[in-house]
Amino acid sequence: MEIIIAIVVVAVIGLICGLILTVASKVMEVKVDERITEVRACLPGANCGACGFTGCDGYAAALVEKEGTPTNLCTPGGADAAKKIAETLGVEFADVEKKVAYVHCHGDCSATHTKFNYEGIHTCVGAKMLFAGQWSCPHGCLGFGDCMSVCQSDAITLAGGVAHIDPAKCTGCGLCAKTCPNALISLFGDKKYVVVACNNSEKGALTRSECSNGCIGCKKCEKTCQHDAIKVENNLAKIDYEKCTACGECVSACPVGCLKHADFSAKIKEAVNA
Amino acid sequence: MEMIKQLAFILVSSVLVNNYVLSKFLGICPFLGVSKKLDQATGMGVAVIFVMLAATAATWPIYTYILVPQKLEYMQTIVFILVIAALVQFVEIVLKKYIPALHKSLGVYLPLITTNCAVLGVALNNISDGYNFIESMVSSLGCGLGFLLAMVIFSGVRSRVEQADPPESFKGLPITLVSAAIVSLAFFGFAGVAEALFL
Repeated sequence: MEIIIAIVVVAVIGLICGLILTVASKVMEVKVDERITEVRACLPGANCGACGFTGCDGYAAALVEKEGTPTNLCTPGGADAAKKIAETLGVEFADVEKKVAYVHCHGDCSATHTKFNYEGIHTCVGAKMLFAGQWSCPHGCLGFGDCMSVCQSDAITLAGGVAHIDPAKCTGCGLCAKTCPNALISLFGDKKYVVVACNNSEKGALTRSECSNGCIGCKKCEKTCQHDAIKVENNLAKIDYEKCTACGECVSACPVGCLKHADFSAKIKEAVNA
Repeated sequence: MEMIKQLAFILVSSVLVNNYVLSKFLGICPFLGVSKKLDQATGMGVAVIFVMLAATAATWPIYTYILVPQKLEYMQTIVFILVIAALVQFVEIVLKKYIPALHKSLGVYLPLITTNCAVLGVALNNISDGYNFIESMVSSLGCGLGFLLAMVIFSGVRSRVEQADPPESFKGLPITLVSAAIVSLAFFGFAGVAEALFL
């Protein structure tokens, strides 16, 4: 008899709880805009934050709730995602420029030397705090791979103390560019480029003593360029990509080899086809 | 006066001496899981205080007015689990509808708390300690505050641990558990404080 009372009591309590929950969920139902779920399904779900919102859910909500939010902010999703979002929301499609990140430094271990032995925390941010890192050049890659650890697509490797980004794997989300304490990483579009592989803005002689691959600000590139695209500012070559045709004359003129060809288009297409 | 003294004793002893996380080792899962950042730890702590109070307010009457008359005291665990799980779901529905801002800040933690043993532990311990309704509520408030305190302290400890460079084999969870043990040891220093203050 006792066991029946126990069963009945627990069952009744359970039933009442269930009923209350059922009624409550019906009465107090909050309608989620269906389009948010649909838009969310178009996004890749990497939650990288390249769009500037808090993850893919945040971007989807903003797209639906705030009219005029650009549909082409998702770099990892690319044109496909933008097209699908535009279809779902019924707005005009705007293409996404495929982007690739590049590290503006190739002062590896053979080109630079250490000022002291750093034995602190193994992160670039930590190393940067102590006399701008152990390398002789205070502007270069610190080589602890902070960018590598934020990269979600495994595109960054360290070789000779300098980070290298594989353009085929890079999704262009720009997380590494935000992370690098020396701001060495910038994003490039889908074509051929000539890039400056140095970030050292000190005078030529000082740069020389710090890194044999550094830009010494000799202005040879400036004089060679027929398109008026290179300017040396702060002892560092700067390329105006509006004017640059990637002809490469400056590359052969550079005495320290810090101007380099970089073909981001072919490799990206390779990655897409593969 | 005697009653206020008793309530203060319950409050202090449940916050410091019998801290649920650090002395009774209940609710370790959210303690380790959500203590990485201070704001998340605080959010979780506040949500736990809220749920503990609500759970006690619901379970104490059920025990006293339904289970005791039927001589079903031995069923308290299963009934309490049932009631607390339903209650947390209900609270989530209500918050989502009427206080979306609060739901946004507490929402992610509520499902985590549904099956939190600290909440069940508070409900059960209030009964086994023979507290009346007011004492039970004060005790749950104290336990919740103790949980919040432990979360906040430990998130501070963890932010320091993250910056440290422990040996490879200690990285991640092992060093977190070791530091949790040290924080717990520190809390044993409170043993006897409540008695000395109020009795």
